[in-house]
Amino acid sequence: MKSAVIVFPGSNCDRDAHDAIAKVTGHAPAMVWHQESELPEGTDFVMVPGGFSYGDYLRCGAMASRSAIMPAIVAHAATGAPVLGVCNGFQILTESGLLPGALMRNAGLKFVCEKAKLTVENANTRFTSHYEGGAELIVPIAHHDGNYFADDETLDRIEGEGQVIFRYGKNPNGSKRDIAGITNEQGNVMGMMPHPERAVDEKHGGTDGLKLFESLLGSA
Amino acid sequence: MKAKIHVYLKPGVLDPQGAAVAGALHNMGYDEVVEARQGKLIELDLTGEDAEKARARVEEMCAKLLSNPVIESYSIELE
Repeated sequence: MKSAVIVFPGSNCDRDAHDAIAKVTGHAPAMVWHQESELPEGTDFVMVPGGFSYGDYLRCGAMASRSAIMPAIVAHAATGAPVLGVCNGFQILTESGLLPGALMRNAGLKFVCEKAKLTVENANTRFTSHYEGGAELIVPIAHHDGNYFADDETLDRIEGEGQVIFRYGKNPNGSKRDIAGITNEQGNVMGMMPHPERAVDEKHGGTDGLKLFESLLGSA
Repeated sequence: MKAKIHVYLKPGVLDPQGAAVAGALHNMGYDEVVEARQGKLIELDLTGEDAEKARARVEEMCAKLLSNPVIESYSIELE
């Protein structure tokens, strides 16, 4: 499977994403600058990494979601190919309309940087098939705007459709219904605030994110 | 022509920054403050004289970039 990591001005988890993908697949992903208007030929998996694209100006992810590469990512997602957005990547995917809802300022107003306990709510997805349903994971979080918001109707719908993939054990940011990660209706686009790419090596302090990449990239 | 765009959180959307502002005002003794909501003001300097056309274009800018319809509403003033 060929992978691409999108790089925006202000991305800072792009190299972690690169290393996690390379570790699991044995192949380095293409690093794609946001001003490109096409993904590399034959790209299967697109990762939109974390960071602070455009300094979080206006709204987190707002400017990045209107950048030159985004129409290609939207078109790629429409073919059913997998797209994963982590942290700022999650914000960018909601801003682009690929995922429902929005990420708002943390309810406690503070930047949170800690290891978060997550529950796998749906292990029957291409992103989570190597986990057991209900498994508890420890994955780092580091964000100021991770407070997931959607109206009740949308929340009921995504819960009903099994689109809530990860939930926090202890809500760190005020997210509605403790939501940490969701997919789109088709299940090929996922966004999550926690950083699985920072939990793929014992030196990271844990490897609970590894199975996400293994589920997706078909290894181990 | 100038456009002033007020972007504010929709009613019912939690505004932790507004709540902190109201809390600080209470601490300062301004007990009459019931609630504070914090928004944004964006000013655009525009070319052209046609107000109707300008408004339509600014509406489009608001829908496409300047506001997020999931959580925000906006109003436009032209002058």
